[in-house]
Amino acid sequence: MDGLIYLIPAALFLGLLGLAGFFWSINHNQYDDLEGASYRALFEEDDIAEELEKKEKNSHKET
Amino acid sequence: MDQSLQKMFKIEHFVVEGLHCPKCIREIEGTLSENTKIKNARVNLSTQRLAVEWRPDVNTSVEHSEEVISALEKIGFKAFPFNTSQIDKEGEKTARSLLYAMGVAGFASANIMLLSVSVWSGDDMNETTRNMMHWVSALIALPTAVFSGMPFYKSAWGALKGGRLNMDVPISLAVILTCAMSLFGTYMQTDHTYYDAVVMLLFFLLTGRYLDQKMRRQARSVAHNLMSYKVSKATLLHEDGNTEDVASEMLSPGQIVQVIPGGKIPADGIVLSGMSDVDTSLVTGETIPAKVEKDSEVFAGTINLNGTLNIKITATSGNTLLDEIIVLMETAEQGRAKYVKLADRAAAIYAPLVHILSLSTFLGWFLLSNIGWEASLINAIAVLIITCPCALGLAVPVVQVVASSRLFKSGVLVKAADGLERLAEIDTVIFDKTGTLTLGQPELANFDDEDVTPFNLELAASLAKTSSHPLCRALIVACHDRNIPTIATKSEIYEEPGMGLKAMINNLEVRLGNREWCGIHASYLPNNRYSELWLSVKGAKPVLFCFKDRMRGDAHDVVGWFLRRKMKVIMLSGDRKDVVEEAAEELGLSRYKYSCKPQDKIEVIERMKANGDKILMVGDGLNDAPALRAAHVSISPSSASEISQNAADFIFQSQKLETVVRAYQVSVSSRRLVFMNFALAAIYNIIAVPFAAAGLLTPLIAAIAMSLSSIVVTANALRLNFEKLYRSHEP
Repeated sequence: MDGLIYLIPAALFLGLLGLAGFFWSINHNQYDDLEGASYRALFEEDDIAEELEKKEKNSHKET
Repeated sequence: MDQSLQKMFKIEHFVVEGLHCPKCIREIEGTLSENTKIKNARVNLSTQRLAVEWRPDVNTSVEHSEEVISALEKIGFKAFPFNTSQIDKEGEKTARSLLYAMGVAGFASANIMLLSVSVWSGDDMNETTRNMMHWVSALIALPTAVFSGMPFYKSAWGALKGGRLNMDVPISLAVILTCAMSLFGTYMQTDHTYYDAVVMLLFFLLTGRYLDQKMRRQARSVAHNLMSYKVSKATLLHEDGNTEDVASEMLSPGQIVQVIPGGKIPADGIVLSGMSDVDTSLVTGETIPAKVEKDSEVFAGTINLNGTLNIKITATSGNTLLDEIIVLMETAEQGRAKYVKLADRAAAIYAPLVHILSLSTFLGWFLLSNIGWEASLINAIAVLIITCPCALGLAVPVVQVVASSRLFKSGVLVKAADGLERLAEIDTVIFDKTGTLTLGQPELANFDDEDVTPFNLELAASLAKTSSHPLCRALIVACHDRNIPTIATKSEIYEEPGMGLKAMINNLEVRLGNREWCGIHASYLPNNRYSELWLSVKGAKPVLFCFKDRMRGDAHDVVGWFLRRKMKVIMLSGDRKDVVEEAAEELGLSRYKYSCKPQDKIEVIERMKANGDKILMVGDGLNDAPALRAAHVSISPSSASEISQNAADFIFQSQKLETVVRAYQVSVSSRRLVFMNFALAAIYNIIAVPFAAAGLLTPLIAAIAMSLSSIVVTANALRLNFEKLYRSHEP
């Protein structure tokens, strides 16, 4: 039964880790749009990078 | 708007119409990312909204919002500014705190169950280990009971302070007493503790409550979006002749606004110049457009049909139509009896019963046996635990979640929390006519007349094609229905605002418009029943086209459905006698009232209410708003005026009226399921209480009983999804 001394805190720690993750996701609005995220996964990363680059350039021009 | 206030909010929200595919997200976000003033633009597909975050150095202003709207318009989306209201933010806050509470309860249940299972199955476990397990459980359960139980304690305390009992009172009591007893047991090193039961109870109840709240929030959010589509702009006319677009709310008396054909009149006022027809159907229920000229009075919310009008806004003297309606609504609100929710009614019977049972258990053991007060108390608390209202606490919210989501899919938004319960009780249905039983769109009525030949229709259509007047559009639709070609004439068409159209075709002057425009004497074919359009060709007999309001395709079926169920169906309309009588005959209705003012509608409702009738009011117009508020429960179509939508308990988004029947069916089924759930909970208690009172309850039995009863109640509620709903025969 000595193992319990380590096992119970380990179990609790893992549980708390999950809880912390859950809180993080609430605080970061992860549940606000449950439909959009599944589509966003399909976008090409390259396009986004390109667009961002373009935007950066534009804002540099302005400043 | 206050500039300093606006600067604080760097994020602006828009509602975007017709958002549903991934491509929309890309296009909108891509386009907006090119705007250098915008730091971040993000589309939310679930709420159909767009959040634009401005760069910190950019001052948000109306022009910038306009920029976003016009940018979106270029790629084919209609966007409207969206004001997040206080209610919205409050709702979000509650949802968040419920989620936190649920997360903590979930974590605690999982971990305590882990410990409990080993205690239950560990026959060879020595006492020290078992006590340690109990202490660890207590360490997890007690803070959880404090944190996750808070929503229940608060609500229970509120009810007790008000001298009422609600479902949260027995729940809070069970949670607190179970914790206390388990702590006492842990301290005394007994065999049994009930920490797992407490946290599980909280977890199940919070899940139900969260889903319930979420569903209602979703419905409200869609209703809110619908409202944003109606945001109206007014064109302000300055003395120097310049015009400026402002929001309708910003107008003040004395200002002059210009209203173009097809535009909504933004405020009550007097016509300074111009001549036109005004569609007042949304305000008064009257279907024939009213003619206005200089010095005529016009009302906010009515629609200008064909001529540009300059209107001087009159002082809000407190006796405009809108003021009158608001006063009526307030009176109606006060007259509405406070409805006590089913769950609270159940609690009022249930809570005293359980507490008496528990007390008698204590007294019984204490006085009639020699086990001592501690053991007697433990048995008494065991009764509280086993009767613990888990199933009862879930009985109502779980059914409501299933019912609301079922209705949501049929296009009905449930706005009021207890709307479904009230809808199930009705025995009388009152329909408004214009815009509710009818679509509020004109339809050619006299196609049987010998003058209305395909030739004449084609000729009229060749003029009407260029006009946006509703009657002209109706004429075009009538031609399409009869396969008559509608090609605009090549000759030049002249339009006289408020009068009609004319053109030279084959060297003959052809006119299409009102009686005066076509030069027809008032005594020729007199008509004050239909909206009319005349076609006159020089030298030929003039042709009259009559239009009436188009009935919703399934109005007859729906009215018949309620009549077959022995309900009283009544039509109250602000429209004139002939029109209402004809509609009543078409629908097979024997009870109706015409030329009703808003106060007439309320009077009818109050009289019937005094007779004990429970009334469902279905209406859309501004003139229905007080009646919607006065009735037991109310439904509005999404085309209704904003005030009516706010007043109604339900909103349906469909061209068909069958959704009203569906809402009723779902409400009746859900009431049946709620009662069934109450019965299941009662049966379970009748079986379990004797065991608990006899002192035979073990934590294992308590845990199994708790989860089992919750599962049974939830499964029962899900049966609502298999219910067959009404479908009208009309296509």
